[in-house]
Amino acid sequence: MNLAVRNIYTIAKREMGGYFTSPVAYVFIVIFLILAGVFTFPLSDFFARNEASLNAFFFWHCWLYLFLVPAVGMRLWSEERRLGTIELLLTMPVTGWQAIVGKFLASWLFLGLALALTFPMVITVNYLGNPDNGVIFCGYLGSFLMAGAYLAVSCLTSAITRSQVVSFILSVVFCLALVMAGWPPLNDMLSQWFSSGVINAVASISVMTHFSQFQRGIIDSGDIVFFLGLIFFCLFTTGVVIRSYRAG
Amino acid sequence: MIKIENLVKLFGSKRAVDDISFTVGKGEVLGFLGPNGAGKSTTMRMITGFIPPDSGSIRVGEFNMLTDPIRAKQTLGYLPENAPLYTDMTVYGFLNFAAELRGLRGADRKKAVHSAIETCFLESVIHQNVDTLSKGFRHRACFAQSILHDPEYLILDEPTDGLDPNQKHEVRSLIRNMGKRKAIIFSTHILEEVLEVCTRTIIIDRGSIVANGSPAQLKAMHPDFGSILITVRNVTEAELREKLKTLAAAAQIESVKNKEEVVTLRVYPKDKNSSGLAAQMAELAIQSGWKFDELHTDDGRLDEVFRAITLPDTVKKSKKDGPVITVNV
Repeated sequence: MNLAVRNIYTIAKREMGGYFTSPVAYVFIVIFLILAGVFTFPLSDFFARNEASLNAFFFWHCWLYLFLVPAVGMRLWSEERRLGTIELLLTMPVTGWQAIVGKFLASWLFLGLALALTFPMVITVNYLGNPDNGVIFCGYLGSFLMAGAYLAVSCLTSAITRSQVVSFILSVVFCLALVMAGWPPLNDMLSQWFSSGVINAVASISVMTHFSQFQRGIIDSGDIVFFLGLIFFCLFTTGVVIRSYRAG
Repeated sequence: MIKIENLVKLFGSKRAVDDISFTVGKGEVLGFLGPNGAGKSTTMRMITGFIPPDSGSIRVGEFNMLTDPIRAKQTLGYLPENAPLYTDMTVYGFLNFAAELRGLRGADRKKAVHSAIETCFLESVIHQNVDTLSKGFRHRACFAQSILHDPEYLILDEPTDGLDPNQKHEVRSLIRNMGKRKAIIFSTHILEEVLEVCTRTIIIDRGSIVANGSPAQLKAMHPDFGSILITVRNVTEAELREKLKTLAAAAQIESVKNKEEVVTLRVYPKDKNSSGLAAQMAELAIQSGWKFDELHTDDGRLDEVFRAITLPDTVKKSKKDGPVITVNV
C-alpha cells in the first residue's frame, strides 16, 4: 500500500474507532433513524400518498442533516485542538492533507453507515408496491453526497475553533445558508427585487437544488461536480485554517 | 545531529524566539532551561515541525525540517508539553495507532509497542482508557509514543512534569541511558534535573540564549565558585583572618558567621581554577591546632546563576536577589 493511503487509512480507522468506543455513534444512529422514520411516516402521510416511492423520505434529508451532520463533524478538529493532540498528530510523519482526508473519510463513512441502516424503507416500499429502484438508488447517492458536503462544512468550522459548541453553531448556520439559497419561499421573495438570473445564481449554490435532481432519479455530472467541488473547497480551506493556526 | 540556525518566531509584534542557534550531537543530552514564556516550547515546536519559523533553518540529521518535513519527522520522537493523548482510546490502542503512523507494521509494530510499554512501566494499564489514567501514567503513555520507533533524535518538553519523585527518577535515568546513543533535547524547570541528566545546558530568556555550557561550566559562573568555607571553633575571627591572609593562594576573605565562638569565613582563591588553596588551608589548620568543623570548596549554585541571568531588568538586583553575575555568551 502506498504510504499516503496507509496514513489516511490509519487516521480514518482511529477516528471511526473513536465514534464506536463512545456512545456518540449509537446515539446518533438511533436518533437519525427515529427522525427519518418520523419525518417519512407521520409528518409526510406516507401511506396516504399512496405512491411506491421514497420521495417522502428523501424530501426531508436536507433539513434532517442540518442538525445531525454538524453533530458528527463538530469534534473533528476542535477536539484535537482542545486536547492538544493536534500537536502529536502533525509532528508524526504525516502531511496535513492526509490527516484532513483521513478524518473526513471516517466521518463520511460513518454517515453512510447510518444512511444505509434506513434500508427497511426500501424493503417497505418494495413490499407495498413496485417502486423504481433506480430512482431510489439515485436518492441514496444524492443523499450521501449531500451529507458529505455538510460534513465538509462542519470539518471547516471545527478547524476554526477549539469549542465544539461554537463549531456546531457555525456549521448549522453555514449549512442553513446552503439550504435556504434554494428554498422556494425564499426564492419567490427574492424574485420581487431581483431578475431571474440572480435568483438562479443564488439557487445554484444551494444543496437543495442539486439534491432535488437526484430525488427525481437524474444523475447529472454537474450535480456531482457541485457536491464534490464543495467538499474539496471546504477541505482545502480547512487545510489553510490549520496551517494558519500552526503558524500562530 | 540537530542543527538550528538563526531561528526567529514572531507572535504578533512579540519576538517569542529571537535568533536562536545551537547544535546537539548524538550522545548529548541538552537541557533546555528558562523561565515560563521564555520560548522553550515554541523552539521545540519549531524543531519538531509543528509550527513554522518566521526565519532560520532547522536540520534534523541530514534532513531539512522546512523543505523535507516528512523524512525529518521520521527520525524524531516528540513528547509535547502536557503530554496530550486521545482520551477515547486505550493505552494499547493509542500506542498501536502511533506505531502505525510511524510506519511500523505487523510483528515490528507489536515488538515496538511491547518494548515501549516495558520501558515506560505501563503494563498495568495497557487496556485502560486514557481518560481514566493518573497524570503520571498519561505522561508515560505519551512518552512511550515518542520512543516507539527508537528515534535518533528525541525532543521532550518537560518530561518529568507532574510525576512523583520515584517516577521522576525513573524518567531521568531513562533519558540519561538513551542519551548515550541519541541526541536529546529536553526542557525543564527543575535545576537538579539538569545537573543529574544533562551533558550540556542552554538557558534561554525572552527568546534569546543567555547561557550555553555544561552544567559544571554554568555553576562556575557563580561568584562564589572555587571559594573555600572554613568553620573553626577555638580561634577568634581576627586571629583566623590574620593567619589565612598569609597563605599564598588566598585572595579576599569574607566573614560568613561568627556566633558562640564558632567562626565561619569564606576565602576566595587568587586563581579560581587551581585547587591549591584548600590544601594550604588544611595544612595551616593542622599546624595551628584549630578544631575545624568544616572545610568545603564551593562549586557554585545553579539556581542562583539561573536567577541572576534570567531576572527581568525591571526587578532591581539587590543583595537579596542573589549575587550579580555577568555572563558572556
